[in-house]
Amino acid sequence: MDLTLSPAELAFRDGLRAWLADNMSPNWRAEYAAIHGKAGQFEYLRAWQRKVYDGGWAGIAWPQEFGGRGATVIEQVIFTEEMARAGAPNLPGVLGLQLVGPTTITHGTTGQKQRFLRNILSGEEIWCQGFSEPNAGSDLAALRTDAKRDGDHFIVNGQKVWTSYGWAADWCELVVRSDAGVPKHKGLTVLLVDMKSPGVEVRPLRQMTGETEFNELFFTDVKVPVENVLGKVNDGWNVAIGTLMHERATLGAGIQIVIRRSLERIVELAKSLNKINDPLIRQKLGQCYAEIEIMRLNQMRAYSKMANGGTPGPEGSIQKIFWSELNQRFQQVAQEVLGPYGQLTKGSEYAIDEGAWSYSYLRARGNTIEAGTSEIQRLILGHYVLGLPKSY
Amino acid sequence: MQFGLTETQQLTKNSAREFFSAEYPMAEVRRIMETPNAHDPALWRKTAAQGWCGMTIPEAYGGMGSGLVEIAAAMEEAGRALVPGPLLAHLTATAAIAHCASEETKAGILPALATGEKIATFADATKLFVMDAAVADYVVAGPLLVDDFTARHMPAIDLTRRLYAIDYTTGEPLENNLDHAWAIGTTLLCAELTGGMQRVLDLTVAYVKTRKQFGNPVGAFQLVQAMCADMLVATESARSATYFAAYALQENLPEAMSAVSVAKSYIGDAARQTGNNAIQCHGGMGFTWENDIHLYYRRAKAGETAFGDAAYHREQIARLVL
Repeated sequence: MDLTLSPAELAFRDGLRAWLADNMSPNWRAEYAAIHGKAGQFEYLRAWQRKVYDGGWAGIAWPQEFGGRGATVIEQVIFTEEMARAGAPNLPGVLGLQLVGPTTITHGTTGQKQRFLRNILSGEEIWCQGFSEPNAGSDLAALRTDAKRDGDHFIVNGQKVWTSYGWAADWCELVVRSDAGVPKHKGLTVLLVDMKSPGVEVRPLRQMTGETEFNELFFTDVKVPVENVLGKVNDGWNVAIGTLMHERATLGAGIQIVIRRSLERIVELAKSLNKINDPLIRQKLGQCYAEIEIMRLNQMRAYSKMANGGTPGPEGSIQKIFWSELNQRFQQVAQEVLGPYGQLTKGSEYAIDEGAWSYSYLRARGNTIEAGTSEIQRLILGHYVLGLPKSY
Repeated sequence: MQFGLTETQQLTKNSAREFFSAEYPMAEVRRIMETPNAHDPALWRKTAAQGWCGMTIPEAYGGMGSGLVEIAAAMEEAGRALVPGPLLAHLTATAAIAHCASEETKAGILPALATGEKIATFADATKLFVMDAAVADYVVAGPLLVDDFTARHMPAIDLTRRLYAIDYTTGEPLENNLDHAWAIGTTLLCAELTGGMQRVLDLTVAYVKTRKQFGNPVGAFQLVQAMCADMLVATESARSATYFAAYALQENLPEAMSAVSVAKSYIGDAARQTGNNAIQCHGGMGFTWENDIHLYYRRAKAGETAFGDAAYHREQIARLVL
């Protein structure tokens, strides 16, 4: 066991810190907030990704031949943690960088790699994922968006839901049913769909927080050329599942830092509200600290295993259950610290942190649903890790 | 950066698994727990001959001088086997003597403690709840090292590790503060409880795969699977917290004391909850004397309050880091 960073890892971290100090505007939040409208704000973030790309920090996990750095797992963790620690703006092309890009590198043709990868890194083209459907959530393989072969095209009809960045996306990694006559996992195909194609409609999906973080996508007789099949026809389940494993493996590293900073902030607030000497509040804050620390340690163990040649596997469900349920418990503790002020929203002159806490309280309910519900994660652990009979 | 056992640490863990499961099968644990002091001197000598009783004593005094991560790995296996008797108390007390006694005392008594010929335990100011005092030759009692004491049995929930009320009049003052040694003891208890959680999980998974109701193994039912999954999450989390505490103490990291409190506050609750789930998943069998789960459950309950309960350690965290 050795938790010190190697000289190479230290050099990597210090290089990134130095780059952030030179290139990240310390006032970026104010600059961003001053921009009127979602589209303009998105362009601000896109310019940030371009800067990250020009600095050589976009897609660091990708192999060098595709524009990455071939970074180790530990370097990826350092990258995610440092970006979170610096409070850097989000990369708007995150789905391309984390999910679509790596899947294309694994399953794509030479032509697809040449066409798409560079623009994913630079943020010139934004990607979304068309996976979930109104009747295919946890049971993703039951999806019904239909693709019929017609000469050198597929004709796509159907509906997708819970699509992040759908409104901003240039391209979509779309999972479709290409053969309805075979068992459900064996008739799926992944298509790379140009969002400007005739017949693609994007509608906002308003969630319980009041925001529209997600979209619904509607496809009506959309023509997709056969060269845009990713991987093999009817092998879409393997292609798509590879993507989901990446999603679960990498989500946690930044979240740990974000929850930790939120705890530090709520401790400050507990002090200013004269609650820090309340024994019950101290117990709850102490427990939150312990659980955040254990989340970090569980992740470090999992990343060390991956660094020794493992691939992201079903054990990732442990991390997903832990961080999502921890964040919900933490948000409740934060509410107890804030008392009646916790409910105030943006717009109230009495709101603490501009109403961020009422928002984060509501938003946390999505954590145990998105990227696989807690119930499904437990059944994954039961079957794939503990070897119990499959129950669904 | 590598959060995992080194080859040497893994080898120690493997030989601990081999030794403890061969020498302390459950039938043997049950036999020893029925003896007056839950202690078998012959088996203790055999255990000491392998070096397990001298792990926290430096080589200069005849011990193994092992790193704390390695000792935790061995204690995880001892906990998995539910090794009865004074091993935890002895390792904690000898760590305290090695850290806090005068050079003369160390040279005088540590060699016989390293070979297991003599046994040590520890106590706080209450002189109550002292593990294995009836078989001990020395008690590290607060700031004193005591070798002349009486011990009265306090019958309690853990049948594999006896508790005693002790009394004494004098002792030799220790030179250094005992906090570090108590932190070592706390961490080794966490390691033991983690091993117990793993064993309880393994027993439960094996049982629900074979026990059938309504024509199906009960492990096919989602409510049962969810309980097993929660046991897995808790066990892996306990392991992460324990090994980090051991590493932080071993390397003298500034966050060592809070790391120990993180581990103990979490594991106190997690070991109990894992036992609750295990008994429930076993159904009626889980409520019988013959099933081994309750022996681990009893150990976990005793472990909850030893070295400070979860509430105490959460308050420690609040003092140290909030």
